[in-house]
Amino acid sequence: MLGEGIIKGLAETARNFFGSYLTKERLTTVQYPEERLPQNEAFRNFPFLVFDGADSEAGLRCVSCHICEKECPPKCIFIEKSKDKKPDAVGKPQFYPVVFDIDVSVCMSCQICVEVCPFDAIKMDVEYDYPTEDRFAALLFNKHQLAKSNDYYHQIHPTEASAVDAALAAERESAAAKAAATAAAAAKTAAAKVSAESRAVKASPDSAVESITEPPLSGGDGL
Amino acid sequence: MELEPLKLEIEAAVPGCRLEIIPNLGPSAQHSLLVDPEHGLAVAFYLRDAAEFDFCTNVTGVDWPPRELTEKIKIKQIVEGVEKDVDQIRKVQIPGYLEAVYHLYSIERRLGPLPLRMRTADRDSCTHLPSLTTVWRSAEFQEREVYDLYGIYFDGHPDLRRLLMWDSFVDYPMRRDYVEPDDYEYEPTAHDQVLARAKEHASKAGAL
Amino acid sequence: MSTTYAPVSEPITGSAPVTGRPAPRPATPVLSGPDLPEQYLELSMGPQHPSTHGVFRMNVVLDGEQVVKLKPVFGYLHRNHEKIAESESYLGNMPYTDRLDYICSITNNWAYALAVEKLGSIEVPERAEYIRVITGELTRLQNHACLLGFLLQDMGASGTPLMYAFREREKVLDLFESLTGARMMCNYLRFGGCRVDLPPGWLNRAKAFLADFPRFLDEFERLLVGNEILMERTQGVGVLSRELAISAAISGPMARASGLNYDIRKADGYSIYNRFSFRVPLGSHGDVYDRYMIRFLEMRESVKILDQAMRDIPDGPIQNPAVKARLFRPKPGEAYGRIESPKGELGFYLISDGSGIPYRYRVRPPSLINLTVLEDLCLGHNVADVIAVLGSVDIVMGEVDR
Repeated sequence: MLGEGIIKGLAETARNFFGSYLTKERLTTVQYPEERLPQNEAFRNFPFLVFDGADSEAGLRCVSCHICEKECPPKCIFIEKSKDKKPDAVGKPQFYPVVFDIDVSVCMSCQICVEVCPFDAIKMDVEYDYPTEDRFAALLFNKHQLAKSNDYYHQIHPTEASAVDAALAAERESAAAKAAATAAAAAKTAAAKVSAESRAVKASPDSAVESITEPPLSGGDGL
Repeated sequence: MELEPLKLEIEAAVPGCRLEIIPNLGPSAQHSLLVDPEHGLAVAFYLRDAAEFDFCTNVTGVDWPPRELTEKIKIKQIVEGVEKDVDQIRKVQIPGYLEAVYHLYSIERRLGPLPLRMRTADRDSCTHLPSLTTVWRSAEFQEREVYDLYGIYFDGHPDLRRLLMWDSFVDYPMRRDYVEPDDYEYEPTAHDQVLARAKEHASKAGAL
Repeated sequence: MSTTYAPVSEPITGSAPVTGRPAPRPATPVLSGPDLPEQYLELSMGPQHPSTHGVFRMNVVLDGEQVVKLKPVFGYLHRNHEKIAESESYLGNMPYTDRLDYICSITNNWAYALAVEKLGSIEVPERAEYIRVITGELTRLQNHACLLGFLLQDMGASGTPLMYAFREREKVLDLFESLTGARMMCNYLRFGGCRVDLPPGWLNRAKAFLADFPRFLDEFERLLVGNEILMERTQGVGVLSRELAISAAISGPMARASGLNYDIRKADGYSIYNRFSFRVPLGSHGDVYDRYMIRFLEMRESVKILDQAMRDIPDGPIQNPAVKARLFRPKPGEAYGRIESPKGELGFYLISDGSGIPYRYRVRPPSLINLTVLEDLCLGHNVADVIAVLGSVDIVMGEVDR
């Protein structure tokens, strides 16, 4: 019959149309902006800088190594290193960025800056609502606009943030353990040196009697 | 893919052609066949018809500006009365040229890729190469693109004009020494160099 | 009828920099000359046209409604991708490859990663290969769905099949977003593996999507395959012969619709495709209808591959530990790597000079090369058929112009 294919097609359209009143899968329209779909945790938009603690200046993880600036493909990051150093989360003095600008009209959200940062200082934000009338200055984010706390990072990317925190804590622990081990070793060698010197003084021929009361040198654990 | 037997075949079939196998230094081992421009068309016909390389997938241009290669060679010299091999550093000047690379595959024989190369004599005045459009139709648009971006004239191409740039554009953008015009509209965002250039351009435009 | 072509630009001697504004552009009489017969009309279709799949222009000379000559004009989306790549590191070029064929970003990444892996002789671990196949075939599904929707939209089906296709495409894009962080510009593959591993539950969601997908294919078939209007408009239109397809290096579904049995997944056997059993559908007429149906059948084959891959995916690392993405410096040499992207053969030709930046970076765009035969396909047909033929070629201007 001529037109049979068209009628079958129309039947399919009708099934979709009436089905949208009956089943949820057929009605896929979301009344944005009143209704919003839940956002994926992995969603990324523009970068932001992470700071630990409450102070965005003192707790900023960025040490101004310029690696993200070099690797950024459209070169939208602009950093100026400080001349002085400030202590970081474990107290080690580090440089910090005096100027950290990201031009978000250029940024293409490729996430390479996050990948190459060795200090977990820059991560991807999920904010996408930046309408503005000023094309140039308002889309150039400076350090204060970019710095957000670690708690905020936990809010937007919980699994990633926990993994980063665990990795940083493990790093700090191993660094502290190494520091403690080297300190203990240094202390032991210093102590061994002192006791060796004092024994050398006492082990001269005219004090042979007193040397018998000296405890024997233990060579096992003085490393 | 073994290129030596193919080279001998082609030299037998196309008398007078000068073929050279360019080894690929990297691990991909895709060695190329360099052919001189005078016999390029004949060699291409042979490759398509007899050797069954009927699928020319890619036509590329490459710009090689004049380079200097430093080589370490051993020469015999008399040092303190004894003839010895001495290391000497020799600098070789390689003149610049433009190159067209054709990647060929054979569907029937399941071979490929065979890069076929043709080089121009230099980068300024003798930039003509034969067009292989009559051999493989796929070269039509790609040779136009190589002409547009590199400046290689393909003799025998049915419709050689610019492809991606507009028709009255001057200069060849993909060459290594291309200087881009500074009549862009710069937006004064952070970077010093960009800001400086924008200011310079704005002052020039104001002065005009 | 004589044809005059646009004037060839003056050759330059030396390399004097060009400053100042370029000369005003003369009108481009691409096809018609002063002796054009009176009944012929030269028309410029595009670049602003709802059905030309992007900023694409076709200069056609018409005799009434029939096409006498056709020349495609493009370059409106030329973004200088190859030149930018000559000043970016290898890793920095990866997000730019997303934007070539902007609908299928993961297959673009894959072609580039494959070329670099050939250049540097890098091995990819098992799990990463399976993830690449899964995401690559999902990309193929959403690309074909997108294309079928647009082809029908161009032919006047006012958006209904388009929206049905996009409903499925959204599900794939949601999967990509939860895996890579972005729906379309994924930037997911790296040299020697993938960027992140599959999050927990992703594979189950993908399997659920795949279980539902054949239902969509059946619905779409019922919607349109027997449709008389579609058959009248597409059968016998835009016939591409097998010989011309080989000579013009047409690849992908367009070539297979003309009977050319060339699928790079089978011919090269790159990645782990030789482990999966799937068939390669071939057409016999080479017209628009065949190209349309081929994509349907390819979607069914992709579903098969996905089933097998998702069943067999092993555990393990997803990145080759010997490769540092950041300071990647391959040895000097060159490599040409190609994959079967949803549009055809997507190849990357890289020349390395030993530094961290490619010396020459060339994209072999399937859309551009498939356009070589557009004139041959459209001659003698009506203007409306030109749109149908163009839709069946499946072009994305990001790839044509780069």
